[in-house]
Amino acid sequence: MADERIPAAAQAETTVLGADEIVLNMGPQHPSTHGVLRVKLRLDGEKVIGSECVIGYLHRGVEKIAEHRSYQQFAPYVDRMDYVAAVSNGLGYCEAVEKLLGAEAPPRARVIRTILTELQRIASHLFWLGTHALDIGALTPLFYCLREREEILKIFEKFCGARLTTHAFRIGGLQYEAYDELEHDVERFCTPFDKRVDEYESLLTGNRIWVGRTKGIGVLTAKEAIDYGASGPVLRGSGVKWDIRKAMPYAAYDQYKFEIPTGTNGDTFDRYMVRMEEMRQSRLICLQAIENIPSGPIMGKVGKVLKPPPGEVYHAIEAPKGELGYYIVSDGTTQPYRVRIRPPSLINLEAFDKMIRGHLVADVVAIIGTLDIVLGEVDR
Amino acid sequence: MALDNDLVKRYTEKFGPAILEAWTDRKQAILVVGRELLAEIALYSRDVEKFDWLSDLTAVDWPKREKRFDVVLNMYSFAKNERLRIKAHAAADERVPSVQGIWTTANWMEREVFDMFGIIFEGHPGLKRILLPDEWQGHPLRKDYDILTQDTAWVRENLGIESGQ
Amino acid sequence: MLMNVIHFVISIWVPLVCALIIVAVLPLVAGYIVLMERKVMADMQARLGPMRVGPHGLLQPIADALKLLIKEDIIPEEADKLLFWIAPLISVTAAMLAMSALAIGPWFQIAELNVGLLFIVGISALGIFGIVLGGWSSNSHYSLLGALRSAAQLVSYETAAGLAIVGALLLAGTLSTREITGAQNAYGWWFIFVAPVGFFIYLVASIAETNRAPFDLPEAESELVAGYMTEYSGFRWALYFLAEYTNMVVVASIATTLFLGGWLRPFAGTPAFNFLDGFPSLLMLLVGGYCFYRAPKQPVKVQSMFMVAVGLLLIVAAIVLALPLVPAVNNMLPGLKPGLHGAFWFLLKVGLYIYLFMWLRFTFPRYRFDQLMRLGWQFLIPLSIVNVMGIGLALAVHRQWGWSAWITFPITTVLTLLVAGFLGWEEEKQEDKHPFVGGTEEKLKDA
Repeated sequence: MADERIPAAAQAETTVLGADEIVLNMGPQHPSTHGVLRVKLRLDGEKVIGSECVIGYLHRGVEKIAEHRSYQQFAPYVDRMDYVAAVSNGLGYCEAVEKLLGAEAPPRARVIRTILTELQRIASHLFWLGTHALDIGALTPLFYCLREREEILKIFEKFCGARLTTHAFRIGGLQYEAYDELEHDVERFCTPFDKRVDEYESLLTGNRIWVGRTKGIGVLTAKEAIDYGASGPVLRGSGVKWDIRKAMPYAAYDQYKFEIPTGTNGDTFDRYMVRMEEMRQSRLICLQAIENIPSGPIMGKVGKVLKPPPGEVYHAIEAPKGELGYYIVSDGTTQPYRVRIRPPSLINLEAFDKMIRGHLVADVVAIIGTLDIVLGEVDR
Repeated sequence: MALDNDLVKRYTEKFGPAILEAWTDRKQAILVVGRELLAEIALYSRDVEKFDWLSDLTAVDWPKREKRFDVVLNMYSFAKNERLRIKAHAAADERVPSVQGIWTTANWMEREVFDMFGIIFEGHPGLKRILLPDEWQGHPLRKDYDILTQDTAWVRENLGIESGQ
Repeated sequence: MLMNVIHFVISIWVPLVCALIIVAVLPLVAGYIVLMERKVMADMQARLGPMRVGPHGLLQPIADALKLLIKEDIIPEEADKLLFWIAPLISVTAAMLAMSALAIGPWFQIAELNVGLLFIVGISALGIFGIVLGGWSSNSHYSLLGALRSAAQLVSYETAAGLAIVGALLLAGTLSTREITGAQNAYGWWFIFVAPVGFFIYLVASIAETNRAPFDLPEAESELVAGYMTEYSGFRWALYFLAEYTNMVVVASIATTLFLGGWLRPFAGTPAFNFLDGFPSLLMLLVGGYCFYRAPKQPVKVQSMFMVAVGLLLIVAAIVLALPLVPAVNNMLPGLKPGLHGAFWFLLKVGLYIYLFMWLRFTFPRYRFDQLMRLGWQFLIPLSIVNVMGIGLALAVHRQWGWSAWITFPITTVLTLLVAGFLGWEEEKQEDKHPFVGGTEEKLKDA
């Protein structure tokens, strides 16, 4: 008996089409879709010949809300989009508004922002690794990854009081001074972290079963990746060496030396290797940054009431998931006229249909996992 | 401030009167183009000017203007490492050519613009709502859509609650 | 008439007691194996596992059983009620019946069959019925698919397991479980050393037989089809679970009997190693001592008392195990030593084998179903056939032409390993071709 309160779209359906084609619904509630994502698969036996992603179950109208809040009031909302990597969202938004205002955060604030953002990148990739491995069947890496992530979340908690939705940065810089042991804590986390990543690699990279489940699965060539607007590790896994931190540096990234890992085949295994290497590179950035945090003010010259001159700005940062862009239009009042958030997860998810065709149903979870989507960002 | 560099010159040479305005804002070059030639301009941008990566396609609603919608395309070129923003004005009932054939990523972006603003893209293979349910009435990101005018009928039918207070 | 019945009962009192112990104790043991798995899983994942229910989680299986018993009994509306009811029973019965021909130590065996091993393998195969009927009777598309997949996997790996067993049986020369152990005693070497490839094949096949990771796709939670157990809840589900863990014990016992020397102590035939007889008591003493050591460190009084109680129990066990070593006791009850110590060694080996299962489960990701079937049919079955031929060859050469076993068996083992390497390389080439992608371009274009 169908419950009228449940939207028709969310109920399970299996219809039979054609001679030997069935539509299988991986409903909004599923352990492996990492959120409320609905995937309608067209199957020929066990092979997927077509798919359709239905999204919008987590749509909260964030862009509409932005038009009725002041710039500072809107800042906590952006944390809730990619809730796994809230610090990056905050960084993008604050920098976009600073560009709109024509203000600049002081050097000390920029370096601390970089440190926290890189720690957040490591935390996001750790979470991705744990859940991706869990979906493919390796039960143990999840707990090791969460154990490391715990250290990072403790640092965030000491810094701004919150572990997940941090609202760590303010427009113009930072609100509170970094706590005394920040450098010590970051160093204590980063120093053994290399060996930890080696530990995860030893469990997975050389494992024949892991390689068999990820090599050749979900191939996206470089041309396709560019055409589909993929960004982040999805684009880099396909061989395109592009990272906004190097191409159009923001915060303090131009001061540090780091590599951009790329893959060759654009399959799940390459994206996995890219993200593992990115974790190591982020650790290097953190270690370089804490050696020399400049002293000085933490807040730039922005007034209490923000009224940017009319105009617009598009500012993009390299979030852990890809290019996170903010397109903000100001009409001169204290509230933005239009805030558009370019969600990397949504654009990466578009490539899912291309990647799944010809694979088996068991590969669906592997491919959703490798795209590293967070539904909060997809739906906003 | 108005812009008149080589890039703008090449565009105006190729498309003439379709390039309506050009300026920079916060160090970003912006072109306003005519709606009808949007697809050709997009193709030219991708193939000749090498803007092969579409960052974002969205819209802004200026209800007081005659052509109330601004369809905004943010493009990026890997080769030149620069961004370009192209805007096209459209009235509420005008159709905008779809650029989905030029950058496949525009598929979902245009669906979202249709969903939120109601702009219809000509030539889009499957223009239907993406974030809201298919039967939703209204386009939320329009400026004349507020919490009291949201689709209370759908919410009442499907979720069984009274909304819009 | 009555006298005949009484005589009959008296004559079979030993098997009867064994059977009662198995039926009564095995479910409890299976429950505690589940707890052991959760604790081992937690240990490998850097956490603690169940700690709340009973001291250190030791009452967790009781709590789980109680909860499952009092759950609502849900039967799908269109389900075939009789089959739905019978299916878990078939699985459990088959698993427990298989225990009947196994010898846990020289004094503990329900049925001394001279075709013991054949009986066990045949009965375990009957368990597959329980799975297929369960999937069918659930009247759910996904359950049926999962059940058929599971059955296909079991049947494929049953062949490889059977052939690996044949390899060891060639060495033993008999199907009776008791005599197989005797044969290993006579050889002086456990069969794992004589036929290591056979052991390896049996290990992999038995993991697939019991639907354990990395071969647990049919019942994994993150896959689309939740398997034949989807519609089962409450105690019916517990019966399936019980069947699975009993199967684990059965395959572990088979492996122990065939390859690991059954109830034999390491170096059973060598008097120089008689000091190993003290190992069982020593182990109990050490664990008991550790319990005493940890007792004062427990946070709660009840847990401290419990640790002390467990320690005392282990000390008593140590004393009981040490009793047969006293010559006076040994002369009075000569059967005590082989009985007790044999049971200890057998259970220790079974426990280690099951621990190996768990270790592998938490280390490896899951095989996809096509990869699983490819591994079974294109790698394990050819390898097990070659293994049987190799062992046969080694035995024949050894017995007919008198070549020393030290030469024939290592040679055939190396040859079998070479074949394994070749098969593995072939399989990798097959994987790279990935037959499911490409070749359907026409269909994909229009889709």
